[in-house]
Amino acid sequence: MEITAIYYLIPALIMFCCGVYGFITRKNMIAILISLELMLNAVDINFVVFNRFLYPEQMEGMFFTLFAIAIAAAETAVAIAIIINIFRAAKNIDVRDLTKMKF
Amino acid sequence: MQPVLPIIILALPLAMFLFLGLLGNKMSHRLAGILGTLGMGTTMVLSYIVAFTYFFSGNPDFIDADTHTRLQYVVFNQDWLAFTDFLVIRLGFLLDPISALLLVVITTISFMVHLYSNGYMRDHHGVWETGFQRFYAFLSLFSFSMLGLVVATNIFQMYIFWELVGASSFLLIGFYYTKPSAVSASKKAFIVTRFADLGFLIGILILSFYTGTFNFTDFTSTAVSTDVYQISAGTAEGIKAIFANSAVPVFMGASVLTWALVLIFMGGMGKSAMMPLHIWLPDAMEGPTPVSALIHAATMVVAGVYLVARLFPLYMMEQAALDIVTIVGAITALYAAIVACTQIDIKRVLAFSTISQIAFMMVSLGVADVDFHHGLGYMASMFHLFTHAMFKALLFLCAGALIHAIGSNDYTEMHGLRKYMPVTHITFLIGCLAIAGIIPFAGFFSKDEILTAVGGYSTFWYIWMSLVAGLTAFYMFRLYYLIFWWKEHTVREGHHAPHDQPWTMTVPLVILAAVSCVAGFVPMGDLVTWNGHSSVENVSFWTNFKALDWGVASISLAVAIVAILLATIMYKKENPLPARMKNAMPNLWRWAHHRFYWDELYLFITHKIIFNSICRPIAWFDRHIIDGTMDSFAWMANKASYAIRGLQSGSIQMYVWVYLIGALLLGAVTVVCILI
Repeated sequence: MEITAIYYLIPALIMFCCGVYGFITRKNMIAILISLELMLNAVDINFVVFNRFLYPEQMEGMFFTLFAIAIAAAETAVAIAIIINIFRAAKNIDVRDLTKMKF
Repeated sequence: MQPVLPIIILALPLAMFLFLGLLGNKMSHRLAGILGTLGMGTTMVLSYIVAFTYFFSGNPDFIDADTHTRLQYVVFNQDWLAFTDFLVIRLGFLLDPISALLLVVITTISFMVHLYSNGYMRDHHGVWETGFQRFYAFLSLFSFSMLGLVVATNIFQMYIFWELVGASSFLLIGFYYTKPSAVSASKKAFIVTRFADLGFLIGILILSFYTGTFNFTDFTSTAVSTDVYQISAGTAEGIKAIFANSAVPVFMGASVLTWALVLIFMGGMGKSAMMPLHIWLPDAMEGPTPVSALIHAATMVVAGVYLVARLFPLYMMEQAALDIVTIVGAITALYAAIVACTQIDIKRVLAFSTISQIAFMMVSLGVADVDFHHGLGYMASMFHLFTHAMFKALLFLCAGALIHAIGSNDYTEMHGLRKYMPVTHITFLIGCLAIAGIIPFAGFFSKDEILTAVGGYSTFWYIWMSLVAGLTAFYMFRLYYLIFWWKEHTVREGHHAPHDQPWTMTVPLVILAAVSCVAGFVPMGDLVTWNGHSSVENVSFWTNFKALDWGVASISLAVAIVAILLATIMYKKENPLPARMKNAMPNLWRWAHHRFYWDELYLFITHKIIFNSICRPIAWFDRHIIDGTMDSFAWMANKASYAIRGLQSGSIQMYVWVYLIGALLLGAVTVVCILI
């Protein structure tokens, strides 16, 4: 059985949908953040897969993925810092309760 | 003449205003008062030097020795605002007989008032009035503005300073700005004079539109050499010819030049409190008394007379304009004299007396005829301006001393003060004799010249003005007796008895009283005439005395003495005569006491007619139609944004839902499109 691109893309699609579902339904900010990471990783897989199968002689997709992983790490650090500060201020990280900045 | 002295004369009061206005509160009251007084004293000395040089130096710039004609000398005339080639507004300094005379009058009175205020603006315990430094700053501002007005080289400069004196008058009337009556009086003065100045401005615009110039010297004089001009009727005739040859020489039955002159005179009516624009002056007495003496008796209120005198050769060309000046003046003189007989507030009596006396000057200008004794009316008007400034300032300062001692403006609180305040008593008496026209006090000579001029013009106005002169003597002595005689007080003894004031207040009284005794001997016929030609041959101390027309003089003296005797009979001792007279003519008394209901008439016209029928509909239109349209736009935007603001929930998860569904729908639409 030959492993084609579709074998990688379907798990990535499932991962992405899980991320979207989690992002929409979770109320805990950490869980939302994890869902976000899940979507990012699904996209990363797509990049690598398309690079590997469509343009095997080029490396752009690979490097793009490496950059995305680095940026995602930095972004997570910032997000965690914000969440910790919100927790300190509100003793809570439930998004339904954080309505102070509205209107 | 070097322009240094004139520049200092103008700059020093302005600098003093800025200095006291900006730094006054940083210094002590006493220092501010001394600085202001010294500054004005210096200005006074410099003005004396300038006026003395002008009149007596014999410099060919100032006087033509051959014909003995005084000339107009432009000391400097600087371009200030150059709008177009024609419309250039200049600031300058014009030295001629009347401006030199006014320099002396203004700075003398202003210095006396500055000195006097050092004593007046503090109470019996020596506590200074609040805003004492501000008071001196405003006095300096006023002096600067008034000096700038009289030395103006062009009518626009005069207009600028005209408004400045109005503004400083407003500030000083409203000096006690915590008192509602003072605030409304200051507003009234400003609005009424502003209304009159509207006419003045239109007059200026008409005049300059036709002639293409603002300069007084272009209107009334011919050039002798650079900066030196001589007043000549020929130039004024040329101006008249310009108007007559223009496209529209006649407008609504009167020539355009007459319209321009009458409109300019309207500005003068406002400032000089001529009927029917006189209503602000009695209320202006709400200001501190020194201010009344300076602004509302001696200087600012004669600006209207000065304006007419300045443009006199033009007025001379239009007899209709001069007739209006005469009629307005004569009616005002009689009206104010009648009202003055019934007022209780001593400052109001003096205010109406001022109106009446300024009306005398106006009548005198109106009847001035160059063929009658070298334009005697013009000289008499300026002479009366000079003497009136002295004795009326004296009377006001005396009134201030009385008010300061008693703490009330009503003569009913005074009575029998002659023993308590001897200096005030004597000086007030001198002022009354001067205004009543008793020889040899100042008012006698000037009023006699006026009556002679009026007599040469028409017998009707002569009898009219003689009657007013008699009334003047009557109401002034009524006031004098009611303050100093009538009945004796028994309760006021000891420390709280009224007494004469500190030297800062009595010295100006004594000086002004001395001036009022001798000012009549100033040979005004040699100094101030309409065209500069001296009207007397040999000038000596007795010039005026010799020039008297004894026929007129004896009649006016007799009228004055009869009026004084009448006042003596009625008011010297407490008696029922005045009350009986009041009851004999209740309607006349009530009308006069209420100033013939002019204020009520104005209130009726403004409130009932103008406000109700014009302003209210306009205000309604503005508030409901204009504002309503704009408000409805705002209201709609407001409502719409409230309606859709739920979309901005701030919940990212909902945004993602929307985004997702949108993306899916978009994808579905794309798929459907491709399939079809």
